[in-house]
Amino acid sequence: MLELRQQYSFYGILLYIGATIFVLFMAIDGPESAVWNGLFWVIQLFICINAVAKSFMQESRGRMLYFYSIASPTAFVLSKLIFNSLLMIIMSMLSLLLFTMFLGNPILKAGPFIGLVLLGGWSLSLVFSFLAAIAAKAQQNAAIMAVLGFPIIIPQLILLMRLSGAAFSPLLSIPTSTVLMLVALDALIILLAVILFPFLWKD
Amino acid sequence: MTNEKNYMHKSWWKITAVLLLIYTVIAGFLGPVPHLPLLQETIRNLYFHVCMWFAMMILFTVSVVNSIRYLRSFNLKYDIYARQFAVVAIVFGILGYITGAIWASYTWADPNKPAANSFSTIARDPKLIGAAIALLVYFAYLILRDSVQDMDKKARISAVYNIFAYAILFPSIWILPRILPSLHPGNDGENPALDVKNDIDSGMRTVFYPAVIGWTLLGVWIATLKIRFSLLKEKKMSA
Repeated sequence: MLELRQQYSFYGILLYIGATIFVLFMAIDGPESAVWNGLFWVIQLFICINAVAKSFMQESRGRMLYFYSIASPTAFVLSKLIFNSLLMIIMSMLSLLLFTMFLGNPILKAGPFIGLVLLGGWSLSLVFSFLAAIAAKAQQNAAIMAVLGFPIIIPQLILLMRLSGAAFSPLLSIPTSTVLMLVALDALIILLAVILFPFLWKD
Repeated sequence: MTNEKNYMHKSWWKITAVLLLIYTVIAGFLGPVPHLPLLQETIRNLYFHVCMWFAMMILFTVSVVNSIRYLRSFNLKYDIYARQFAVVAIVFGILGYITGAIWASYTWADPNKPAANSFSTIARDPKLIGAAIALLVYFAYLILRDSVQDMDKKARISAVYNIFAYAILFPSIWILPRILPSLHPGNDGENPALDVKNDIDSGMRTVFYPAVIGWTLLGVWIATLKIRFSLLKEKKMSA
């Protein structure tokens, strides 16, 4: 959608990922696994805000009107959610790759960790897509999105950090029930977005 | 409309609130309490600290219900309800923090250091994080409201955010404490903050339940006063 029309914003996000991770590479040398994990998720959070915020804010008024006339709000919000999920999943994998390249690889269980990164990227993108829709309607910049989004995302981020912390130690295992809880939370977000978006849509 | 107006003007529940609170204060400070190690007399704070959080949760829930009613009817009255209940709930949340801080400084803080030095350790407790998140969400709600000029749009956007935030927030506040370690009571999985059946003995419960109802009614009373005030202001502006 938007990224195909405005390719510079897509490359902008790529550059953002590269630049932040390079700054981290300059700032710290071979961090411990706990620090690595914390940094990784914080960077994920900021990537997500930058990548997803654009999805609603840069749509011009005329184009929104055009979408309004051709698509139902449910279809529109679902397509946005799917697109942003895919975008964020790609970005997550990319930042994981760069992290292991620049900052070393303390991960012991690569498979589960990658799974968690995918799940986490998906959760982040869902929450921030919807908040971007709210912020765009309020005609505000990305700052209000951070204000709105951080408190909501903190619990999920804590869960993700806890879960992925287990991937750095040979003894701990990742509890399945918590992962399922995150998946359930994501399903809840999709449901809420579908129910609530039509109210934002009308202008 | 007339129904609710009557309900707001009725005085029986306000008298009940005052009586219950007088009972809470008298029985809470003078009544018998079990003497537990470490807690001792600070256990009386239960009648105040826990009730603040109960009242906060109930008032936030009322606020969300009014947001839903707004989206169903697009009647601006419900938007005012939602806002004022949220504001009063925030006040109760802050009072809950103050009472909690007083309690924690006698029970959790390291006795060898000044109580303020234990702050960063205590603040890591998942229940405190959860409460902080709840307050931040509603501060964000108020900021979002004030950032939109158009009245109808403001009401619609903030109602959507209120519902969305509440629906994400409350499951996570109930999940988080079960996963993270904590000093706060109610750790054994049944309840996120307090196990009413096991943590409180029956004598205390006879004060605790009326206290919860009393504080909540007081909150509703404050909120209805604020609602009536802003409805009048609205009327004056449109006249």
